[in-house]
Amino acid sequence: MIIGLDIGGTHTDVVLLGQDGIIKNVKVKTDQEDLFSSVLNALDKITESVSYSDIKRIVFSTTLTTNAIAQNKVSPIGMIVLGGPGLDPNYFKTNRHYFVISGSIDHRGREIESIDNDKILKTKTALELEKIKHIGVVSKFSVRNPSHEIKIRDKLKDSFDKIFLGHEVSGNLNFPRRIATTYLNASIYPLHKHFFEAVKGSLEKKGLKAPIHILKADGGTMNFESSIDFPAQTILSGPAASVMGAIPYAGDNEEVLVLDIGGTTTDMAILINNAPVLAPMGIEIGGYKTLIRALATQSIPLGGDSIVNVINGKITIGPDRMDSAMIYGGKYPTPTDAFSIMQKINNIDNQQAILGLAPIALELGLPIQDIALKIIEQACNEILAKAFEMIDKINSKPVYTVHELKEGHQIKIQKILVLGGPAPYFKEYLEKFSKIPVMVVPKWQVANAIGAALAKTTCEVTLFADTEIGKVTAVEENFSQNIRRDFNKSDAIDIATKLLKEKVVRQGDGSEDFETEILEELQFNMVRGFYSSGKNIRVKVQVKPGLIKGYKI
Amino acid sequence: MLHAKNKTGLVFFPAFDWAISPTHPEREERLLYTQDQVFEEGILDIDGIVEYKPDIVTIKDVQRVHFCVPDVNSVMTESHFISAGGAKKIGEVVCRKEVDRGFALVRPPGHHAMRVVHGARGFCNVNIEAIMIEYLRTVYPVEKIAIVDTDCHHGDGTQDIYWHDPNTLFISIHQDGRTLYPGSGFINEMGGPNALGTTINIPLPPGTSEEGFLYAIKNIVLPILDEFKPDLIVNSAGQDNHYSDPITNMSFSAQGYADLTSLLKADIAVLEGGYSIEGALPYVNVGIILAMAGIDYSRVKEPDYNMDSIRQSYEITRNIQKTGDAVIENWQQRESMKRQIKMGKQYDVRTRHVFYDTDGIFENQYERIRICQECAGVLQIDSSSDRGRRIFAVHIPIKACHVCKEMGYQWFDSAKVSAFDKIFLQDRVKDEFFEKSRNSQVG
Ligand SMILES: [Zn+2]
Ligand SMILES: [Zn+2]
Repeated sequence: MIIGLDIGGTHTDVVLLGQDGIIKNVKVKTDQEDLFSSVLNALDKITESVSYSDIKRIVFSTTLTTNAIAQNKVSPIGMIVLGGPGLDPNYFKTNRHYFVISGSIDHRGREIESIDNDKILKTKTALELEKIKHIGVVSKFSVRNPSHEIKIRDKLKDSFDKIFLGHEVSGNLNFPRRIATTYLNASIYPLHKHFFEAVKGSLEKKGLKAPIHILKADGGTMNFESSIDFPAQTILSGPAASVMGAIPYAGDNEEVLVLDIGGTTTDMAILINNAPVLAPMGIEIGGYKTLIRALATQSIPLGGDSIVNVINGKITIGPDRMDSAMIYGGKYPTPTDAFSIMQKINNIDNQQAILGLAPIALELGLPIQDIALKIIEQACNEILAKAFEMIDKINSKPVYTVHELKEGHQIKIQKILVLGGPAPYFKEYLEKFSKIPVMVVPKWQVANAIGAALAKTTCEVTLFADTEIGKVTAVEENFSQNIRRDFNKSDAIDIATKLLKEKVVRQGDGSEDFETEILEELQFNMVRGFYSSGKNIRVKVQVKPGLIKGYKI
Repeated sequence: MLHAKNKTGLVFFPAFDWAISPTHPEREERLLYTQDQVFEEGILDIDGIVEYKPDIVTIKDVQRVHFCVPDVNSVMTESHFISAGGAKKIGEVVCRKEVDRGFALVRPPGHHAMRVVHGARGFCNVNIEAIMIEYLRTVYPVEKIAIVDTDCHHGDGTQDIYWHDPNTLFISIHQDGRTLYPGSGFINEMGGPNALGTTINIPLPPGTSEEGFLYAIKNIVLPILDEFKPDLIVNSAGQDNHYSDPITNMSFSAQGYADLTSLLKADIAVLEGGYSIEGALPYVNVGIILAMAGIDYSRVKEPDYNMDSIRQSYEITRNIQKTGDAVIENWQQRESMKRQIKMGKQYDVRTRHVFYDTDGIFENQYERIRICQECAGVLQIDSSSDRGRRIFAVHIPIKACHVCKEMGYQWFDSAKVSAFDKIFLQDRVKDEFFEKSRNSQVG
């Protein structure tokens, strides 16, 4: 049996899954002031009359770090940043204790300027005076050569509790995002560590010793131990939970739009052949652009409880949610009320909805049924327009080879999966206006917790080889090896895949089946003068996101 | 927070799978380190910098500019369609006012490609700026366009295409043609009789540094632009004036290129040459992008940059001042020179030999233009190559007068298919293209 737990803003959903399907699910209110109690309370309820030894894993999706960043309730940390030619690193200042120090590396990983050791020592003293315990160190092009970051860590490791290094957060090039991501990791580290150690401790005390995994924004998981070094990966996992929960209903090789229609907003994502489409760079949160892998998502402030108004003779829906729908005692008309007028909601008295929509009908001079239909049509069309805008954006993503430009895959949606409270009412209308088959995700109420429970471990490895310099490196993995001149792309793919397999075992539970895929494989002939001086090889591989096998729903 | 003062569009198309040949300067690796630097600087995340995917130009887009022999598909690879499409995309978003300015960081380049194309010369097959410009002129209300070519090599292809067009001001700043390919671009090359003065060449001596380039921009280019008042300024932004470029002899720098970009305020920049792919391009391109966007570029410097070691000599400074004085004098006297040259003439002819160095083709051209007081004048070209191909081409300019239009069709109709492989008519007024040959009539 496995447990999936999704701590949302208002509710916490927990599900207990066995091989044959859902054994039990529980919904409790989330106490934002005391998430710890909310979690334990939910776990107590779900494990009542279950033997702890039968539980094989527990997966958490939490808003803990997300909220801390949004509310700026993070720990003060120190940032040491090394730039070099280009934009002034002070443009990327993340926090008060932000020190720019000279020392630089170029695009090939060659040192251009050595570290200013004097300034390092002065910075150390300044940070110690401020009683800073955790720091981040980031240098430009550290993904090509992390030696500056490592040297600084070695110099300072006795003065601080934990030091986060930029090259460890991602293999991607993007200095400002590397700074922001390292900063977020360092600044939410104490909170994340404290919380999960407390949860783990309490569970162990009760005798529940199943491994703990944490859901990430890319719809994959990592084990608790790995999350300690990369707590920022847990940010914004909520939207991913529901999308992963919809996967069992997407067909093989199908391209599917997932719409999570709530009371206030509708969230959107895309599945291709049972795997979510990821955003090209990384999540943005609290004004920080990061390198944290995440699903490509889009949100629109339009849901079942959005307020319906008439402005200048035109119906508007949202962006605010004032209250529940009028049929449920609210004061303002909503799309849900429109559905009740169209007789789409069973066993409900729609008298209040009729009263609510009457002024709109009067103002626009149309029968109330027509108004209700107009509202529904408009809500559907606005949601669909936003979704197709997102798909267009993904399809028009810049590419850098002739081959990709000519043959690049274009997403074409074959099915829409909807979840959320108003989803069943929206179904037939979304189908009518999109002309695409629509299906309501069964058990959508717990799809988020199911998604968390079943999400596989995900990770990626970025490898860079330069046969002129004679080195192959995968800086995130702390891997570096000398290579000969005849080292080639297929050698690079072999090494990257081997490192990836080790990583997925390290970050997962060691027993999952997984599929590796190549995201990038480039090999350039470097020519200096009129002769080939070596090869410049870039490889990126990942574990394909998806659901673990062996559990029916 | 970083914010672009001028909203800037960017098409980045490094064509990582295309090369002229494996060790050619125009190879896959050329923009690799530029991409590294642009990505690592996080430039695409800056508020107000927008990246666009390139379009792919159509055959019609190409035929607004070129007469391709024997046809468009024979002289272009897919990469050329995309590189021209990158420029077209940037032109479009600028003209639609989605962005204030734009930079097409694309390869392969185009400024050595002339109106008639038998193959590749100077690494160029088709003229990507001209394809963009003629598209924009067809779709958007832009008429007067200035092209400032700051590539180290003379933009002889662009010069050829706009030689007879008084509505296109072509200014090329380049290393003196006596010392570098293609060996042209002298002060006395000023345009055809109907457009005398709107072709301007500013040859600079080898060793010219920041001081010399910026002098030329401030004292020659900007005053002329002010007077011409273009609807659109296009910069053919070659980067081979750099002190580390392996195929040229100048001493320009990333800071210099960025300053030049700030001064010029081009609406559109299109990458041309530049072959110091590690030492220059990453820094020059970042400098140009930041300068276009109006963002501080003062720290964008090559790792080995040393202002003193690239300083130009006093002789060079004097030489450039003299060139500047001569160019400005020609510019001021252009109307009277034009009147004189046109006086009493009905047609003007020129005969020339064009060498396609990249493909090793020799072409002979005989060109005849109608001297016209009303328009740019109808043009005919009889072109043959040592590959045994011969074509006859007629160009009717976009604002052609009635007489020139009629004459263009007459020339086309009366040309004998027996004498040529192909006979072309480019009617820019109606935006149409016709061809005929022995095998097929008007198509
Ligand atoms: Zn050049
Ligand atoms: Zn005329």
